[in-house]
Amino acid sequence: MTNATGPLTAPNGLPGAGTAAPAPTPGRGIRRIRVPQKLRNLELFLLLFVCAVNAFAVVLVQFGALGYADMTVFTLGVGLAVLVLGMHIALRFVATNADPFILPIAALLNGIGIAVIYRIDIAEKLTGWESTAVRQVVWSGVAIALAIGVILVIRNHRVLQRYTYIAMFVAAVLLLLPMLPVIGQEINGARVWIHVGAFSFQPGEVAKIALAVFFAGYLVSRRDSLSMVGTKFLGMRFPRARDLGPILVLWALSMSVIIFQRDLGTALLYFGLFVVMIYVATGRASWVVLGVGLFLAGGVIAGQVLTYVNDRFTNWLDAFNPAIYDEVGGSYQLVQGLFGLANGGLIGTGLGQGRPDITPLAQSDYIIASVGEELGLAGLFAIFALYLLFISRGFRISFAGQDDFGRLLGVGLSFTVALQCFIVIGGVTRVIPLTGLTTPFMAAGGSSLVANWIIVGLLLRLSDTVRNQPRLVI
Amino acid sequence: MTRELKRVSIVVFLMFVALFASTTTIQFFQADNLASDARNARTIYASYDTERGAILVGGQPIAESVPTNDEFKYQRVYPQGQLYSAVTGYYTLGQGSSQIEQSLNDYLSGTSDSQFLEYLNRLVTGQNPQGASVELSIDPVIQQAAYDALGSYQGAVVAIEPSTGRILAMVSKPDFDPNTLAVHDTQTVLDTYDSLLAAPGDPLINKTINDLNPPGSTFKIVTTSAALQNANLPIDHTEPNLARLPLPGSDSTVSNAGGGTCGGGDQVTIATAFILSCNIPMAELGVEMGEQPLADMAKAFGFGSELTVPMDVSTSVYPRGLDDAQLALSAFGQGSDVATPLQIAMLSAAVANGGKLMTPNLVDAIQAPDLSVLESFEAKELSTPLTSTTASQLSDLMVQAVDNGAATNARIDGVSVAGKTGTAENGEGDPYTLWFTGFAPADNPRVAVAVVVEDGGGLGQSGSGNELAAPIAKRVLEAGLSK
Repeated sequence: MTNATGPLTAPNGLPGAGTAAPAPTPGRGIRRIRVPQKLRNLELFLLLFVCAVNAFAVVLVQFGALGYADMTVFTLGVGLAVLVLGMHIALRFVATNADPFILPIAALLNGIGIAVIYRIDIAEKLTGWESTAVRQVVWSGVAIALAIGVILVIRNHRVLQRYTYIAMFVAAVLLLLPMLPVIGQEINGARVWIHVGAFSFQPGEVAKIALAVFFAGYLVSRRDSLSMVGTKFLGMRFPRARDLGPILVLWALSMSVIIFQRDLGTALLYFGLFVVMIYVATGRASWVVLGVGLFLAGGVIAGQVLTYVNDRFTNWLDAFNPAIYDEVGGSYQLVQGLFGLANGGLIGTGLGQGRPDITPLAQSDYIIASVGEELGLAGLFAIFALYLLFISRGFRISFAGQDDFGRLLGVGLSFTVALQCFIVIGGVTRVIPLTGLTTPFMAAGGSSLVANWIIVGLLLRLSDTVRNQPRLVI
Repeated sequence: MTRELKRVSIVVFLMFVALFASTTTIQFFQADNLASDARNARTIYASYDTERGAILVGGQPIAESVPTNDEFKYQRVYPQGQLYSAVTGYYTLGQGSSQIEQSLNDYLSGTSDSQFLEYLNRLVTGQNPQGASVELSIDPVIQQAAYDALGSYQGAVVAIEPSTGRILAMVSKPDFDPNTLAVHDTQTVLDTYDSLLAAPGDPLINKTINDLNPPGSTFKIVTTSAALQNANLPIDHTEPNLARLPLPGSDSTVSNAGGGTCGGGDQVTIATAFILSCNIPMAELGVEMGEQPLADMAKAFGFGSELTVPMDVSTSVYPRGLDDAQLALSAFGQGSDVATPLQIAMLSAAVANGGKLMTPNLVDAIQAPDLSVLESFEAKELSTPLTSTTASQLSDLMVQAVDNGAATNARIDGVSVAGKTGTAENGEGDPYTLWFTGFAPADNPRVAVAVVVEDGGGLGQSGSGNELAAPIAKRVLEAGLSK
């Protein structure tokens, strides 16, 4: 197709494909022609279907676990439905050409997540404000409101490029917040939480968005110096020593997250995001080689020095060893999660009819094991397919986009979702060591919901921009 | 940038392929392995969500599952727990199961192959899975008589219907109450289980099929059968009547139970030796015949066979490759001979059934929840150790042993009882194992029985089979005849 620095041409057949020429804005005097909002109507149809599925899932949980249905379906199902339909209406006014699939997919994942969290609540006899599912609905409200805010406030994603270094500053502050003495809080050994009043929040989740914005802005301006010069070695052009600065800074940042916040997953997420974005920006595989090498080296050293990292590796490699299974901080959770998945088998026990609550953190870190137990392999495949579709819509924006900043931001944001899925689900299913991240949209937890819904808002805005670029008429 | 984006897309795709593969591996390929891991509480919980089938005796449940309100849907209940503990076994949360609960678990839990369609049907229609019920061959009257007669002795009673091999009674003592192990609290289960494991007399062991003892003089049924049939010796074949027999190649000697000779005279017949249960003539017979006829006859009676009733039965042993001293000892049930009470009952059952040994079995029928019969019992011949002639000769000898021989405590007024006692030594200073086996009525046998009283019945080396075991057998036979 094209080379890294050549003219940006989207693959044929994609709407909005065009060239990098500046897009003329519609003249003020021209009366806007009222056209039916085909994309929005499709989105509405999908959303109504999704809301029905979500409510049905809650009812199934009730019949499965309680044997009867009560009014909870209205708080859990209708609450979310009102929110996502509100977002849909906002899109009708301010982003008419936004992608029609992103919102329904996020709403479906969020809704299934709430149903499964509610199922764990029933098993643990939590009701009212104690109920994680109720809090999840409230958090969904906050998150979706913020996403609507993103769409309303950011009318053009390019303004974000102006805030490149502010984004970096915001990311740094967010990352440092949990280290502060009063509001910082350590849960299960990881110091990644802040605690204000009754609310806990993981600022690192939101920091990844700020980081993606920063990387996109920074790399667009510096890509030439990062890609053009350097020495050739083993068939690859490696960067000059003085251009290694950014990757070393990011590496140091990730390592300090591992050492001081004891959070492997987040470190891997940030570093993976950076490596992918610098690769896409520069087109140089050497960055990937360098990045993976640095991270592996850091990981191996951390595994030698830090007990908790070493434990994660041991649990991963020898999970079924009785000694490791019984140990405090051993593989009990991992093995119980596998038992849960096995119990689900191909078609699952049915919603409300398994025993996912045996596994610790079944509603947050291990929600995918809970889903796998009650919806089976078939259900998991459907969930994975939804994630893949979501990510592919994000990538599509990058393929079709016309400005490099937007393209980089699109790939960065979608890739964090992909990488986060891989890290947490891969951890639960023993592809990689367990590191403890949240499953996007599904896991219980406000910070994760807020972060991922903001990503939804940004992707919708990006996709609207892409479609609104008029084709250059030659 | 597009080329890089494509590559990143491929990487993302591969990451998800890894997730598709890992979940498929866990949920499809490894699912059975993971489900059978002993640490997998879900498998155990799942079994408690099924209405486990009942175990029935005479149409009445001796184990059944009743609905509960706790986190498990059903509670296992044993209405006459101690009486039937050797038969039902236990079914626990975390400590496994035993006996029928274990050996027929597939049927009781509804997971056997023959119930697959039924299981699928219930899954689709949303009904709770339900297991099949098991109807046992146990006769409640005989079982109760055996339980009462054995009293507080450590030992076992097993009764068989000779013509079919159906097991009519199975009692093992000390017993236990399976209800105490059926509670829904793993810690309580573990505590009870541990205390039962440590209890004297091993209450968790079913002594009728899993306890091996030297058979003592009951083995003379085998030796006499071998002499009459395999060695073709006449019933009045004689051996020197000694008061002491030096064992060939050894400085030990063998004596008869009473210490003297076997009746009067210089010579003693096989018949007399059997009726009076003398050791020396049997030892002489064994050495005279050699190992082969004895080993063949023991094998035909079931020694060395792996039986399931459907619980696994410990294999009774008649040793091979013996020298003359060992051969002499083995001929009257000492040396390395060991047998389960079931095996000893099978000796009587074969004699009672005209020489045909029927395969022992505890289960009459297995019935699905819709009352269709999944499996029903059919009498099967295990072997034919004796010709009808030899069988009737043996039967006569056993009747005489009860009438005026060494087994007189088994006499029942108005009925001819056939029987053989045994008083087996376990080693220097150890208490004897006391045996009785027999059947009644001798002319039309309906019940064959074996009784073992272990640990000398508390009398150390002073008790005898006739004194302690024969009266127990008598009460069991009486219960069988009163039907």
